[in-house]
Amino acid sequence: MRDAPTLAPAKLRIADVALRFTPRRGPTVTALERISLDVRDKEFSVIVGPSGCGKTSLLRLVAGLIEPSEGAIWLDERRVTGPGRDRGMVFQSYTLFPWLTVQQNVEFGLKVAGTPPTQRREIARRFIAQVGLDGFEGHYPKQLSGGMMQRVALARALANDPAVLLMDEPFGALDSQTRSLMQELLLDIWQHFSKTVLFITHDIDESILLGDRVYVMTARPGRIKEMIEIDLPRPRSVDVLTSEAFMTIKRRIMRLIHEEAVRSFAAPDG
Amino acid sequence: MARFLDAYAAPKKDIPRRAYLTVSTLVGVALLAVWCALSYGELVRSDFLPTPGAVVGAAADGLGDGSLLVNTWVSVSEILSGFIIASILAVPLGILMGSFKIVEAAIEPVTNFVRYLPVSALIPLLILWVGIDIEEKITVIFIGTFFQQLILIADVSRSVPKDLLDVSYTLGATRRTVVGRVLIPATMPGVMDTLRITLGWAWTYLVVAELVAANKGLGYFILNSMRGLYTERIFLGIMVIGLLGLLTDQAFKFLRNRLLPWAVAT
Ligand SMILES: Nc1ncnc2c1ncn2[C@@H]1O[C@H](COP(=O)(O)OP(=O)(O)O)[C@@H](O)[C@H]1O
Ligand SMILES: [Mg+2]
Repeated sequence: MRDAPTLAPAKLRIADVALRFTPRRGPTVTALERISLDVRDKEFSVIVGPSGCGKTSLLRLVAGLIEPSEGAIWLDERRVTGPGRDRGMVFQSYTLFPWLTVQQNVEFGLKVAGTPPTQRREIARRFIAQVGLDGFEGHYPKQLSGGMMQRVALARALANDPAVLLMDEPFGALDSQTRSLMQELLLDIWQHFSKTVLFITHDIDESILLGDRVYVMTARPGRIKEMIEIDLPRPRSVDVLTSEAFMTIKRRIMRLIHEEAVRSFAAPDG
Repeated sequence: MARFLDAYAAPKKDIPRRAYLTVSTLVGVALLAVWCALSYGELVRSDFLPTPGAVVGAAADGLGDGSLLVNTWVSVSEILSGFIIASILAVPLGILMGSFKIVEAAIEPVTNFVRYLPVSALIPLLILWVGIDIEEKITVIFIGTFFQQLILIADVSRSVPKDLLDVSYTLGATRRTVVGRVLIPATMPGVMDTLRITLGWAWTYLVVAELVAANKGLGYFILNSMRGLYTERIFLGIMVIGLLGLLTDQAFKFLRNRLLPWAVAT
């Protein structure tokens, strides 16, 4: 286990977590090995790593949807034992409830928590406006574009006022223009609500643009290879992507990831 | 010519609604014309192929003496009884079977065994057990549809994305809420489609049941007409079944769009 915290305790603490899958047939797969990281309050942390390195698994562990094989996860100094509304999650796949309107989707968490109708309508409307979907309250998901669906998913997670927001490559399926707009929207919202965010991506540009800290993961078994503080000034916009400081950081992360790629290329099943 | 091929011969390409309806109508009319030519032209013996006029005449007779309506009503009530009982049981059980491994373990092996038994092979046994009255027809339809529905609905339930359930947990839903407010609604379009398909199959089982042993119903009507070589009445019986099938299919389509406006159309 790690040392007692010296300064303010972390908002979210992932302590020596390992995750293994034991398939019915075949050898055990070690997806994650000795992962430790602290996310501070109101911090935007990004995890970047190649596909298959265990990013989604790590986020599902924090969400409480799966249990670690070793180690533990702590949120506000309480141990995570299962899923809960204090950890809102936006998935990579589209996960809106197709039978609910935008308004009803955003109200879902409040409804299951027993918030009175007038109040939850009010809250939902505010978050729908916040993600720029005024006027779409009555639409069904099938009438929305991919970008709009992810905005609703974001509003739905935020409406619960979670302690941390978990995001698993939420813009991965979007075209690059829409993705840029969504990144800026997310930065706006993060600054407006001062949320603690744990964000996952395989896109290096995205990680630098969004993050206070970027954790680079190794290829399987996933481990934290290096943590990089991103000291680019805020508020940031996509313009930062062409700055000299950005390029310097990007070169560094690319080199780290390249090392990993070479390593896993040399040992395909290692 | 090339333009025509581009517009109408490209795979998966939409064509104008007018063109669609025109082609459908033309084919219908052509079939009718072939029938008329063969029957009125006496190219085929009339006890093989009745004229359209004779079939209309048989319909008028059947409506006049009430035999058509009575037999139709008997068949429809048998179908609906068997189908509704099967559906009431298969829908919840199928949803559970597709999403709870323990339920799957309990009933899937049995289901897969029964599913491949031809229902017609069971009829003699069923006659022995429940007789030849309406109960036998309902049982045949029940067995014919229930196990198929179970497998199809389990598949629907199985293909509900796991992420949809997981996101509900992260929003604070309990297991019960996830089943009641997420899993069940998510299966509804697939359930409706399954019911629609299996209702069509139910007609097949009904006629099989009635052909073997019955004294009422459309299958009996057809079989009885064959004994007297009333080909036009055989045609009439077949056409009534076809029309009823078409009607219930359209009703299901309508209901699906009405009850599930949010679902992606099929
Ligand atoms: N339920 C599971 N059973 C077995 N192996 C799994 C399971 N989930 C993930 N894995 C394996 O764990 C590794 C990490 O997967 P994942 O977390 O989805 O990676 P990423 O999101 O970085 O692409 C992959 O090799 C994957 O095959
Ligand atoms: Mg992933």
